[in-house]
This record gives sequence, structure tokens and C-alpha cells, in this order.
Amino acid sequence: MNEMTKITTTMKDWETDQEVRWCPGCGDYAILKAVQRTMPDLGADPSNTVFISGIGCSSRFPYYMETYGFHTIHGRAPAIATGVKLANPELDVWIITGDGDALSIGGNHTMHLLRRNLDCQLMLFNNEIYGLTKGQYSPTSRQGTHSPSTPYGSVDRPASPCAFALGAGARFVARGIDIHKGLPDVLKAAHAHKGTSFIEIFQNCIVYNKDVFEEFAAKKTADDTQLHLVDGEPMLFSKGAKGIILNHKTLQLEVVDVVDGDWEAAGVIVHDVTNRSVAHMLVEMQFGAFPMALGVLYDDPRPTFEAAVVAQNIASSAGKKPDLQGLLNKGQTWTVSEDGPEL
Amino acid sequence: MATALKQEEPNNPSPDGAENVVVRFAGDSGDGMQLTGGQFTLSTALAGNDLATFPDFPAEIRAPQGTLFGVSAFQINFGSRAIETAGDEPDVLIAMNPAALKTNVQSVRPGGLVIADEGEFGKRNLDKAHYDSNPLEDGSLAKWQLLKLNISQLTLDAVKPFGLGNKEALRCKNMWTLGLALWMFERDREPIVQWLNSKFAKLPDIAAANIAALNAGHAYGETAEISGDGLGGGHLQHHKVAAAPAEAGTYRTVTGAESISLGLVAGARLAGLPMFFGGYPITPASAILHHLSRLKEFGVTTFQAEDEIAAITAAIGASYAGSLGITSSSGPGIALKGEAMGLAIMTELPLVIVNSQRGGPSTGLPTKTEQSDLYQAVYGRNGDAPMPVIAARSPEDAFYCAIEAVRIAVQYMTPVMLLTDGYIANAAEPWKIPDVDTLERFPVSFMTDKPDGPLLPYSRDEKLKRPWIKPGTPGLMHRIGGIEKGVDTGHIEYGPANHQTMTEIRRDKVLGVAESIADQDIALGKAGAKLCVVGWGSTFGPIHQAVLRSNRAGKDVAHIHIRNIWPLPKNLGELLKSFDRIIVPEMNTGQLKTILRDQYLVDAKPVNKVSGQPFTITEIMAAIEENLS
Repeated sequence: MNEMTKITTTMKDWETDQEVRWCPGCGDYAILKAVQRTMPDLGADPSNTVFISGIGCSSRFPYYMETYGFHTIHGRAPAIATGVKLANPELDVWIITGDGDALSIGGNHTMHLLRRNLDCQLMLFNNEIYGLTKGQYSPTSRQGTHSPSTPYGSVDRPASPCAFALGAGARFVARGIDIHKGLPDVLKAAHAHKGTSFIEIFQNCIVYNKDVFEEFAAKKTADDTQLHLVDGEPMLFSKGAKGIILNHKTLQLEVVDVVDGDWEAAGVIVHDVTNRSVAHMLVEMQFGAFPMALGVLYDDPRPTFEAAVVAQNIASSAGKKPDLQGLLNKGQTWTVSEDGPEL
Repeated sequence: MATALKQEEPNNPSPDGAENVVVRFAGDSGDGMQLTGGQFTLSTALAGNDLATFPDFPAEIRAPQGTLFGVSAFQINFGSRAIETAGDEPDVLIAMNPAALKTNVQSVRPGGLVIADEGEFGKRNLDKAHYDSNPLEDGSLAKWQLLKLNISQLTLDAVKPFGLGNKEALRCKNMWTLGLALWMFERDREPIVQWLNSKFAKLPDIAAANIAALNAGHAYGETAEISGDGLGGGHLQHHKVAAAPAEAGTYRTVTGAESISLGLVAGARLAGLPMFFGGYPITPASAILHHLSRLKEFGVTTFQAEDEIAAITAAIGASYAGSLGITSSSGPGIALKGEAMGLAIMTELPLVIVNSQRGGPSTGLPTKTEQSDLYQAVYGRNGDAPMPVIAARSPEDAFYCAIEAVRIAVQYMTPVMLLTDGYIANAAEPWKIPDVDTLERFPVSFMTDKPDGPLLPYSRDEKLKRPWIKPGTPGLMHRIGGIEKGVDTGHIEYGPANHQTMTEIRRDKVLGVAESIADQDIALGKAGAKLCVVGWGSTFGPIHQAVLRSNRAGKDVAHIHIRNIWPLPKNLGELLKSFDRIIVPEMNTGQLKTILRDQYLVDAKPVNKVSGQPFTITEIMAAIEENLS
């Protein structure tokens, strides 16, 4: 995000007059509401905000935000956003994408966006399926996913969005769930981070991949299936009865029982959002043996791409006049007069 | 071609005493032939001759030494008259090894001078060039004047005092050769000495050795002339080609890649916009990225993207945010950008796409020239996706074409494709530097005021241009995208009548560009001639010269050169219909020919060449002959 003047708005100010065209019950509705609810809290200015998307169900998002919006082409939103931000670094840029858009057709751009660390928020709506094209398996679909293009089950292993992001050099990695009440806090942390903030949001596609996240997203079992990460707080779940430790022999994370709330005695790790090594382990933590890690997994800013570009543009222009005539006359010239040419 | 006032470029001495000479330097790709050619070009320009050049080099950076495919050549045509082509046949060939001789000697004019470095004609190099016997000894070069010089040894002797290793010492061969060439045409060595001193400022020994080689080559010419030594039958010519008459003004030499870069910078300034250039390395387009990345003080931001698609989409993003977005590539990269061009057409954002054409399809001939992306430029996108297309004819013209592309892009809110090719990109010619105050400004205005009624981002002015609204403008929030837009509102709209209307608006807007371009003129000859030769792009030079010679021979031939490929000039159809016959020479299999037939139902006949080499004047003249009879 940018240093900006805080603006007073209400949730209504962020809604457009456009009819929302997602399937009834789609998780996108909840995400849209969460964003529209969060924007006033950020003090954001609709005139200075740009939502940029690629192609897919999620990418219709900009039409429903009363901001500047650019619904682009499949997979290319990060590249468009790079041009927008380099042309005007003052803009508050949000990228809306999906698992197919960001990790399949646009995987290359996502990687380079993260590597360069353009200041923006990237919200990846992961529903583990291609919804808009009617249900083919996606790069995040689990092995064995039955779909129109994989009637006998998919055979390739899925990509892990957060592991991909961290591997590509992300300095902010977070996870949320579409209907989860904690989503606005994740969005706020992402907005506060200067650099590319990567947010994976588990989004329920009720038509083609209904309840695929139910094992950890269901409210009634959430205590045992979700690990809510908070900076400076121990990694506890199951109402404090379980925690995450680092096994110093295997150098791997493990789940331990916490007796009488004494998490220190159990050796439970205190979450440090700037610890990149632990972040690598958190993104690799497989659901089943472990709870699903949610919230801000990693947050350690470093200089942004557009700031470096602007700094270099200024430094290399220092003391030089933009003299077009001088530029054209550069190099070895000669003058032709009536007496003939001379140097 | 830029300097001379006179029009004709016939073969050597003509009745009026004007003349031109074609020299080709050929050697191994490590021999520095392009550098030698470049410096000879500078000295030629300083001597006041008009000139045109043709660098011809392999795709491999360092092909195995001595091989046929590793030969790099540089041809220059200079004279005391207007020069518009790099010349059909060299009068002088300087061959640095057997491979260079073998691949180049057949194009030399019979009776022309062939200078060969006999020090390189050992068995090993002869084998590599697939020579069974030494051509310098076996009489096979009898139809040319042969001059055998041991340039390698002469160079080693000249640089001996500087204590260089054998390999480094031999690298001065090209300067020895250049020194000899400077002597042959009575050129001043001083600018080259200055250049060497500044190039090797940090390596004074290398600078001194190169200067010594340059001087030795020059001195050799003098001595050989005095001694009158035969040296294999040929003899060194020594004479000055008079300066070509030229318009008064300040000149420099410029390549197409340089002039396009300068034109884009000028265009952005005339529009009053910062420039954003997104590029991805590709031959021969990269040079534009290189030039622009050094011009940040002109408000230029360059971005080397992760791929061709990111290069164009970032440029589209920058245009959306209020900069002038530009991207550049060659055929294969342009193909990758196709979908994004459609987005720029749909969202009606200004964008300039420069295509430095090369031989295709696929990777094709990366370092050779071709004009085979015309269909791609005019038609190569999904849907009805009209886009203005302009083609440059020379390095000088490319400067003005780049400005024109920017003007159309911002005045019509449309992507524009600027076609150039590998020949224009690399070739150098003298350029009369314009006075920037004489260039017409076309300042852009953004929409900033809130309208009384609803905001209509797809409302239009008389040119059918929609307003340009930058994000960050208070109160004008709106959404754009690649889905069909509703008329005026720009909202998502799938209605059948709306799509019909919007498709027609996009077509009419681009066709309307014809209102802002000059009428088609006739470069030579007159309307109603028996035959018209229609060309576009870098074939201008050979076509112009061929038609000129035909006219002098009393033939009723005209030359039309089309710069605005799409939309075509309004009067072109009527003009074409006035001719009995039309031929269209192109370095492709007939692409402009097809468009002319389609647009005007005229019987345009193709004349095609796709060898990776430019047309010669003789080839065009032969086509004229054939079609007149």
C-alpha cells in the first residue's frame, strides 16, 4: 500500500450498480463483501484504487467494486498491474486472480511479480477447479480429481500456491477462507505490507467443486482443523490443547499435546512473521497430519520494484536536461554548407 | 539516401561525372567486420558522400572460426549522387579468409577488385571453406582483379612494438584493412583515431596498436602504389569520390533502430506524455530497448519483461495509467502479443507496437530481412480487430513514422503497429537532423471533470475516439476490460445489436484514420502510366532506382510507395485504377498484393523475393521489363 491520506467512506461507497453475476452461493460473494467492508477501515480512496483481474470467475470482481477497474486477459493481470504501478506508483493496486489464472496460464507472471516485489495486493481465489469453463481440473486440484477433462481422475500432482509464492520470493504470504470472519484482518495486514502481498483464499465453488475445503473450513470442526497464526503468539489450536513444535532432530514440524495450557513446556513455537525458514515449513505443512495454517504466514518487507525503478530513473537523469534537439544531435555530426561538409 | 539532391544512382561513372562505389568487407564473425564497416561508414559520411549500408551477419554469436556459416559481411554503397540502395554488385570485396571469399565473391562485379588476406589461406582454412585448391593460386578468380596481401603478417609486423600476444595482435587486422580502405578513397584517418582513443581509453596499449595497424594499412596503400607492384594481377585504386550535393544542415549517420528510438521519444514529447517501454530481448528488435533504456531523463521508463506477453500487457497497463505505452518485437514475439493487442483494441487504449520484421515463419532467419509480417500486422488477431499499420522505408523515414504512430495512437485511442525490418534496423544512412521546433505538436488531454450526467467512458468525439481517463482522477471511477462493451457506458454488454454496433464503431474509427493522413503521392512517373510499381517498407530504394532508370530509358513506368498500410490512403484506389498494369515487389510471397487486390479489385501482380537479402535494382528492372512486354 501507499502512504496516503485516509478517506472516510462507508461500505456502500465501494459497491457498484452492476448486477453481480456469480452463481448463487458462490464463495466469491463473501470475499466481495469482506473487501467492501475492509476498504473503509483502511481509509482507502476509491479514486486512487485500482482492481486488476485476469480471466475466470474471480476476475469479474473489479466490475463490482466502485473503484477504477481493469478486467484484462487470462493470466496477465500481474503484468498489467506492473505497467500501471510503474506509470503511477501512487495508485493502490489490487490484483484479483484464481488458481488457473495465477498458477497455470499466468504462472510466469505471478512468479516475476513476486520476485520483483511490486507494491500491490494479490488475492488468489483458490477453488481447485476451472469454474468459468465448466469444471475442468486445475493446477491446484488434488490428484484423482474427476472432471470433464479427467473422467478417470487427474494424475498430476497439485501446486501449492503459498509454497509457490514463497519460492518465487514473496515477502508477504497469507491464507484465508471466503466465509471466514478473519478474512478482513488478513486483508488489512496485506494492505499494510509494502510490496507484493500474496493472499490465498480458499473459495468454495458450489457448482463444480462443492465443499472441497469442508474438512478444514467447516465451522463446527474449525477448532481442531485450523491453526490461526498471530505474530508473537504461540502456534496453538484445539482450544490450546495442541500446538506446533519443531523437532530438533528431524528438523520438521510436529503436532504436540499441550498439558494444562503450558505451551512453553511443550516447546510450542511462537509465531514470528519475519522468520522465513519457519514460513517455508508452514507452507509445506500438509493438512491431515497438521491443521490448516491460516492468517499471516510470513511478512517481512523489503524495497519494492517500483521504488527502485523510480529511484534509478531519478538518479540516472540527475544533472541531465531532457533536450530533444541535443539528443538528436548526439554523436559525430557534420554540417553541410555551400563549402561542403565539415566536422 | 537522405542527403543528396540528385535522384539518380546508375552504375559507375555516368556522363555527368557522378559516380558511386560499392565496397564489401567480409570476414569471420570474430574479425570485426561490422565495426570496420561502421567506421568506414562514418568516414564516408564525413567525406560528404551519400551512402547506404547493408550489414549481413550470421545468427550465431561466435560461429566456429573459418566456417562458411560464420561469415559476417558489411556492404556500403557511396557516391557523389543520391544513394538509395546498398548496391547490387560490389566493386571492391575485401575477404579476410577463404570462407568470406567463397560466400561473397560471386556477387562482385566482373572486373571488380578482390582483396584477400593470403595469410589466412592455409590448408586448414581452405578445407573449412570446402576449397579443393587455393583460389588465389588456381586461376579460378580470373574474371576479377585479384590482390593478394598477407594482411595477417603485415598487421603482426605493424603492432609488434606493443608486445601484444599473437591472438590480440591479429585482432588489429580489421584496422589495418580499414586503413587501406581509407587510403584507397583518400579519407581522413583522424576521426577513426579519435574513436579508437575513446573506445580504448582504459587500454592505451590496445588503442595504440590499433592506430598503428590503421596507419600501417594506410601507408601500405601509398607504398604499393609507388612501387606499382602487381601482387597477383590487381592493382590498388586510389581516388576520391566527390561529395554528393546535399541540402545544407547538420547531419549524422543513423540506423533504423536508433531513429525509431529517437522518433518514439520525440513522439512522446510532442504528445506531452511520459513513455513506458516494455520489451523482451529478440533479434533484431532488442536494439530499440537498448537505446531507450539510456534515455531516462526524457521521462522514459523501460521494462525488460519476463516474456513478450508481459512486455505488451505492462505497456497496456501503463497506457491505462496515463503514460504512452510502447512495446517492440519481431515476428515470433509479435505473434505472442496478439491476444493483448485485441485487449488494447477492445479497451481503446493508445499503444505503439514496433515490429522489426525478420525471415519467418517460426524462428526462421533471425538476422536476415523479410517483409512477411504484413498479414500478421493487418489481420493477425482474433475477432474483427482493426489496427492502424505504418511501414518505414528507411532509417531516416523510421524517425517520422515513429512520430506518426504515436500521433495516431493518442489521437484515436488505438494500438498502432509500426513495421520496420532487419535491414532498416541495422542499416546506417546519413540523416539530416530536423529542427525539433518544426515538428508538429499533438498534446493529449485527459478527461478530468465529472460530467453532469452519468460517466460515459465509451462516449466518442468526432473522430470516434473515447476519452482517456487515468485512474487516480477524483470521482471518475469506472471499469474497462476485454468483454464487449456497451455503447457509451462501457458496461459489460452481450446484446447482439450492441456487438454489431461496437464492431462497426471500432472498424469505422480505424478507417477514419485515413482522414488524418496524407493523400497517396506518386514517387516517380505519373498517373495513367503503362506500368506502376507499388512497394512498401525497405524495398523503396531498389524500386525507386529501377523505375528511375526505366524512365530515363524512355519507359512509361511509375513508382508508388505506400507508407500507411492500414488504413490505406483514401485516393489510392482511384490512383491504382489509372495504370494499365501493376506489379508489387515484396520480400514475401505477395501480401500487399493480396490486400490491394482485395481492397480495389485491381490486377496487381506479385514480384517476390524471400532469400533474406534485399532486392537488387537489376531484379526490379527485370520485373519491369517482363511486365511491360
